[in-house]
Amino acid sequence: MEIKSCIPLLAFLVSLVAVVPIVLSSHRPNVRESWTILAGLIKFGLVLSMLPAVLAGNTFEFTLWKILPQLSIQFRVDAMGMLFALVASLLWIATSVYSIGYMRGLKEHAQTRFYAYFAVALSATIGVAFAANLLTLYLFYEMLSLSTYPLVAHHQDGTARTGGRTYLTYLLGTSVSFALPAMVYVFWKSGGNMDFTAGGFLAEKVSSTEATVLLLLLIFGFSKAALMPFHSWLPAAMVAPTPVSALLHAVAVVKVGVFCVLRVFSGVFGISFLKELGVGDVIVWVAVFTILTGSLIALSQDNLKRRLAFSTISQLAYIVLGAALLSSNGLMGSMLHIGMHAFGKITLFFCAGAILVATGKKAVSEMSGIGRRMPFTMSAFLLGALSIIGLPPMGGAWSKWYLFLGAWEAERFIIVIILIISSLLNIAYLLPIVVRAFFVPPPEGESGGGIQEAPPACVGALVFTALGCFALFLFPDIFVDLAKLIGGNL
Amino acid sequence: MGEQFPVLVLLIPFFTALVICVVGLWKPHWCQPAAVVSLGASLAVALGALCQVVKKGVVSYALGGWPPPIGIEYRIDALNGLVLVVIATVALITAIYSRQRVVAETPGRVSQFYTLYLLLVTGLLGMTVTGDAFNLYVLLEVVSLSTYALIAMGSRRAVLACFNYIIMGTIGASLYLLGVGYLYIKTGSLNMVDIQQLLVSEGLYSSRSILIAFILIMLGVWIKMAFFPLHGWLPNAYAFAPSTTSCLIAPLMTKVTVYVMIRMMLTVFGPAYVFDYLQWSEIVVWLAVLAIVAGSIMALAQADLPKMLSYLVIAEVGYMVGGVWLANEAGLVGAFYHIISDAFMTLCLFLAAGAIIARTGEHRISSIFQGLPRRMPLTFFAFLVGAFSMIGVPPTCGFFSKWYLIRAGIEAGHWAYVTALLFSSLVNAILFFRIIETAFFGSRPDREHNEHTESQREESPLSILIPLLGAALAVILVGLYNWNLVSWITDAVRLYYMAPMPG
Repeated sequence: MEIKSCIPLLAFLVSLVAVVPIVLSSHRPNVRESWTILAGLIKFGLVLSMLPAVLAGNTFEFTLWKILPQLSIQFRVDAMGMLFALVASLLWIATSVYSIGYMRGLKEHAQTRFYAYFAVALSATIGVAFAANLLTLYLFYEMLSLSTYPLVAHHQDGTARTGGRTYLTYLLGTSVSFALPAMVYVFWKSGGNMDFTAGGFLAEKVSSTEATVLLLLLIFGFSKAALMPFHSWLPAAMVAPTPVSALLHAVAVVKVGVFCVLRVFSGVFGISFLKELGVGDVIVWVAVFTILTGSLIALSQDNLKRRLAFSTISQLAYIVLGAALLSSNGLMGSMLHIGMHAFGKITLFFCAGAILVATGKKAVSEMSGIGRRMPFTMSAFLLGALSIIGLPPMGGAWSKWYLFLGAWEAERFIIVIILIISSLLNIAYLLPIVVRAFFVPPPEGESGGGIQEAPPACVGALVFTALGCFALFLFPDIFVDLAKLIGGNL
Repeated sequence: MGEQFPVLVLLIPFFTALVICVVGLWKPHWCQPAAVVSLGASLAVALGALCQVVKKGVVSYALGGWPPPIGIEYRIDALNGLVLVVIATVALITAIYSRQRVVAETPGRVSQFYTLYLLLVTGLLGMTVTGDAFNLYVLLEVVSLSTYALIAMGSRRAVLACFNYIIMGTIGASLYLLGVGYLYIKTGSLNMVDIQQLLVSEGLYSSRSILIAFILIMLGVWIKMAFFPLHGWLPNAYAFAPSTTSCLIAPLMTKVTVYVMIRMMLTVFGPAYVFDYLQWSEIVVWLAVLAIVAGSIMALAQADLPKMLSYLVIAEVGYMVGGVWLANEAGLVGAFYHIISDAFMTLCLFLAAGAIIARTGEHRISSIFQGLPRRMPLTFFAFLVGAFSMIGVPPTCGFFSKWYLIRAGIEAGHWAYVTALLFSSLVNAILFFRIIETAFFGSRPDREHNEHTESQREESPLSILIPLLGAALAVILVGLYNWNLVSWITDAVRLYYMAPMPG
């Protein structure tokens, strides 16, 4: 059933409106951060309020602006958007708390601007999650690219400039040169209606060659998904302050990318049409290549954030892979992985930032013995890493499980093997960090001093998300139910 | 009263110009308010005329009581009614903006400036409204002569740029006149609608003279609209002119000339002749592709803000010419929508550039934008709106012009044109992000944390800020209401274009 309601709009607007009080209270940091957190809580509450109805199989709809006769800027909340919005809005609260500790701990400049653009970026993320058609999706996708630029380039020095340039070049370059023409073509061919529908709306309307080209254009056009060869913006974006890397480049921005890809798969083309076309294969191999190469590059990175960035690239490809298998278990695995990877990776980034605040260290090789000084942080790191690897008792085990099932169901045993290899690679690039932190003695002159953790706001946030990974193993029900709804709709 | 609108719309600024010319010598400070009032009245009449068109269809006015085709006919239909409103709006906004700039940039010549300004607007309105091919030439010269003078009032380098423009412009106008002469010899008529009927009824399509006439007229208008490679005069002329002048001519001159080209192609020669008989579309669209690519690349090479914007104007001309010559309905509609949207986005950018240059006294891209978001936040915001529109970020109007033009290109199967549009979007993105980067970082990236906090708030005065924000608002509104405009244009274009493409 479709429910006409303005809740989706409110959920979108609340962080956008919050920019005004944030900017106005720029001289009173405590008030300013309260606004951010208040907006986060309201946003999460609004999203949550729609959950029961969505779980019951309903959708919420709100038409914002009729831009063409059959095409509106429109929100529609279905299971897929719900899952993503839930993850993003919950983790925004955690990140806001974390940011307080991080930004103040490092005495960063221009904090008001930081919080303001963060809020805008979250609005754009929710906009993407709730977009009802391709044009709306594109609109908020671009809004997200533009609003995150000041966050990426926050430090305003030479490296930030280079990083910001790479960031925008890749994101705007691909969306304008690939996604935009593909979208216009789809618009022309589909007769003006671009609403996402369960079986896709493009079947029967385009030839198979056209469909293949369009699919590739759209998938590489939404390069926030960081499929190789359009992945370089993500490591470049690591020049940003850590909360940005954590929420935006492990959760919001990159997940927007894969979310768009999943929407294109399920809402534009439809799984059955894709099966008919047989282009799944191409995407599967692109994803496999990205998974393996990303992991291998991650192995060689000494800068912790860059290592995590390459890990993200490879993990995102899992999500694309799951969808490209064109099986309902695979798609469920993809959707679950959006949530599970988000909790795991944000924990890891939080830890990286906490280490930076407490010790000023960025390189893995400098982190010997750090676990003794920062036991909470490094324990959380362990939990997050286990979740990313996909080991029980962590939430990540569930999504990996469904991905395996999906590959099995599609009778692609080679994919199963590749998934196993990749899990081993995950272990190889994540666990040595923990081992080094706890078991390698610290270098001369650094030992002693007892526990020297990051500010409590940081530690609290990262413990929360780490426990979240664990809780998701015990209670994955909401996510699994939503993912089942998505799988069932196909 | 309604039937007088076609002539009233330009008589109001014309007579105001005559009055200002004399009275302004004693009371220079009366000039600007008088110009604003007369342009406001002209806008009201243009809107009234548009309502008339909705109610009764084409509004025709026989000048001096001589009925067409002998006398000069002024006619307003759904298409040029829209152009009239755009011209009057842009001229009004610029006139409001000019309050302090004209006194500062052309001291002692205020009354001359506004006289010429109003004459220029009169000419533009006339070019749009006239239904007579020779009268169009006269008005074209009115426009050109007043533009030459307005440009020459600028900096010292403007004189040479203007001389260049005079030569090129005169050649263009002469070519046009020659073409009209050929038409007159063959058909014996100067009325546009009449010429087309005669061309068909007397079977003149195969005539060599008509072909020559068509080529001459097209070359003439292409020079006037700075269609690549006939663009040489434009960048310097626009860049060195007084800022008010460039704010008026950059959005309007090229766009009105493109409208004249559409008028010539559709009303005088007819789509059957231009597209079906001649079959030159392919070549001209390729020329347009060249114009877009070349304009964009040359814009990329500029270090000077007004010059960069001028080269963008050249690229945008390519958009419109290409759209028209795609020879399908969607292309024509897209090009026409772009006339409107480009007028407002160019206006927005030139106004913002003028305001920024006025405040900083700089015009180099590398230094002008330093610390600007703090110094002039609202002006910078308006500049951003214009920039995003040029790049094609939804929901600004620039996005929708690209949307329609790309769609037309796909429909016509002209992939080079589609690629050129996307290329130009990307180049615009580089151009404007280079600017945003300097605004954000300051010009010396190696220094940690720039000292931009030191700069004071120095927002533009309200007389500049209000028209500027108005233009920015127009950019967004034209985007949001794109469908209303486009369906209006489509209906109007269908009248000319009896064979819409399938799909």
